[in-house]
Amino acid sequence: MEKLTNRSRVVSDKKMTFLEKIYLPAIVKGMIITLKHFFSKKATINYPEQKREFSKVYRGQHVLKRDDLGRERCTACGLCAVACPAEAITMIAAERKPGEENLYREEKYAAVYEINMLRCIYCGDCEDACPKEAIFLTDRIVASQYHREPFVYGKDILVEPLDPEKRIDVSARQTESVRNFKLNKRFAHNK
Amino acid sequence: MDWTILIYKTIFLFIILLVTLLVAMYSTYGERKVAAFMQDRRGPNRAGPFGLLQPLADGVKMFMKEEIIPLSANRALFILGPSIAMTTALLTGVVIPWGGIITIGGREFSLQIADLNIGILYVFAMVSIGVYGIMIGGWASNNKYALYGAIRAASQMISYELAMGMSIVALVITTGSLSLHEIVAQQHGMNWNIFYQPLGFLIFLTCAFAETNRAPFDLPECETELVGGYHTEYSSMKLGFYLFAEYINMFISSAVIATLYFGGYNMPFIDQLGLSQNAVTLLGTMFFFMKILGMIFLFMWIRWTLPRFRYDQLMNLGWKGLIPLAIFNILATGIFYYFTELS
Repeated sequence: MEKLTNRSRVVSDKKMTFLEKIYLPAIVKGMIITLKHFFSKKATINYPEQKREFSKVYRGQHVLKRDDLGRERCTACGLCAVACPAEAITMIAAERKPGEENLYREEKYAAVYEINMLRCIYCGDCEDACPKEAIFLTDRIVASQYHREPFVYGKDILVEPLDPEKRIDVSARQTESVRNFKLNKRFAHNK
Repeated sequence: MDWTILIYKTIFLFIILLVTLLVAMYSTYGERKVAAFMQDRRGPNRAGPFGLLQPLADGVKMFMKEEIIPLSANRALFILGPSIAMTTALLTGVVIPWGGIITIGGREFSLQIADLNIGILYVFAMVSIGVYGIMIGGWASNNKYALYGAIRAASQMISYELAMGMSIVALVITTGSLSLHEIVAQQHGMNWNIFYQPLGFLIFLTCAFAETNRAPFDLPECETELVGGYHTEYSSMKLGFYLFAEYINMFISSAVIATLYFGGYNMPFIDQLGLSQNAVTLLGTMFFFMKILGMIFLFMWIRWTLPRFRYDQLMNLGWKGLIPLAIFNILATGIFYYFTELS
């Protein structure tokens, strides 16, 4: 049988030599090892002051994008909710009234859009499923809470701010190839 | 009675007390830092710059904790235990020569509180009484784990005190004196005892680890087997006293080792520098404290390197290893000096 690691040793109960019996060389060897670790680089990061660098395409808290005119892109089609393996997304659709054209891009919009952040597994399937490029995962971390209720994020948290200065940048995930993939009619969800 | 001497001794006593407590306080911080660094962590660094206020925070925490005396415990002895542990730990510092002689206004002051001519025996006596603190505390708790811890502490200390005493006998043969002041004076310059008694030093060091209940011999408080050992039932500052006494003991044993084997406050090449006597004394005291801090680091270094001994291994090492070795050391030293003195 093949060995799993190359570190296995055959156990033997041979008599210890004198040097092994007095333990001192072994102790000194161990102390040298600990001393090496004493001066080695620490693995810990001083968290609140220093933050570990995220991957550019990190999948954290979601954002519901607006288009260039500040209209919500989401049309409440429900594809994200269907795609979600953890069933974390729920929504209630509503029809756009005349005079609301500056708020919603499509004739149908999500009156309620909720993601349960405790259920979400941050797989990014909702993002893949979305035909309107409305939902994206960002590199923001979901804040911790003392209770379960605040983890159900509504539109007040998910939709990005109107102010162009405060828009949430998703260019790392919304690359040209992603866009082409979405526009490609060969894929089932774009038919 | 000379009043200036009395006042000087009182002030010096307080200084030594404060320094001992301060070093012990920061040993707890040092211990955590050393442990963290050896495990590739950072250690306490939130309270104050570099976490330097951590010992204060720990002290405040200890005082704020609820004071619990178990109903089934013997109340008087339960309180007596940590008091003895703390007192005896502090008392040992009296005989250690912290430095040479300082001259102020034409008067000479020695940086040693009491120059007993049997200084080493005094140290041993105090260390032995220290066992009572653990023993009484463990027994008075009326708890099986505490009692186990206390019994272990007592038998461990008795076993290792023998080997420790015998390694000192060999040292006394070389120095010809029991007074710590005299022993330090003989080690002037680089004439340190470790070069004459390397085996004795190793035995003494091993026994010092056992006497101070430090890893790898920390069986009395072996948390995996005995919950907390002899201080299982203790809380609040009484627990703090026990833990603190351990660090004071560590400091004092480091001081004793530095005195006996590393020349105390003697510095190499001090005569060639041509400094005034006060400067030499101050430099010597600083050097002495550097030696002590080095020894404390060695204590911690060993603790975070070696795993804990099993109880039978501990007894084997003590009775079958160290005591025969110590006797052999006495014999070898005795024979060597018998023949060199004859010729």
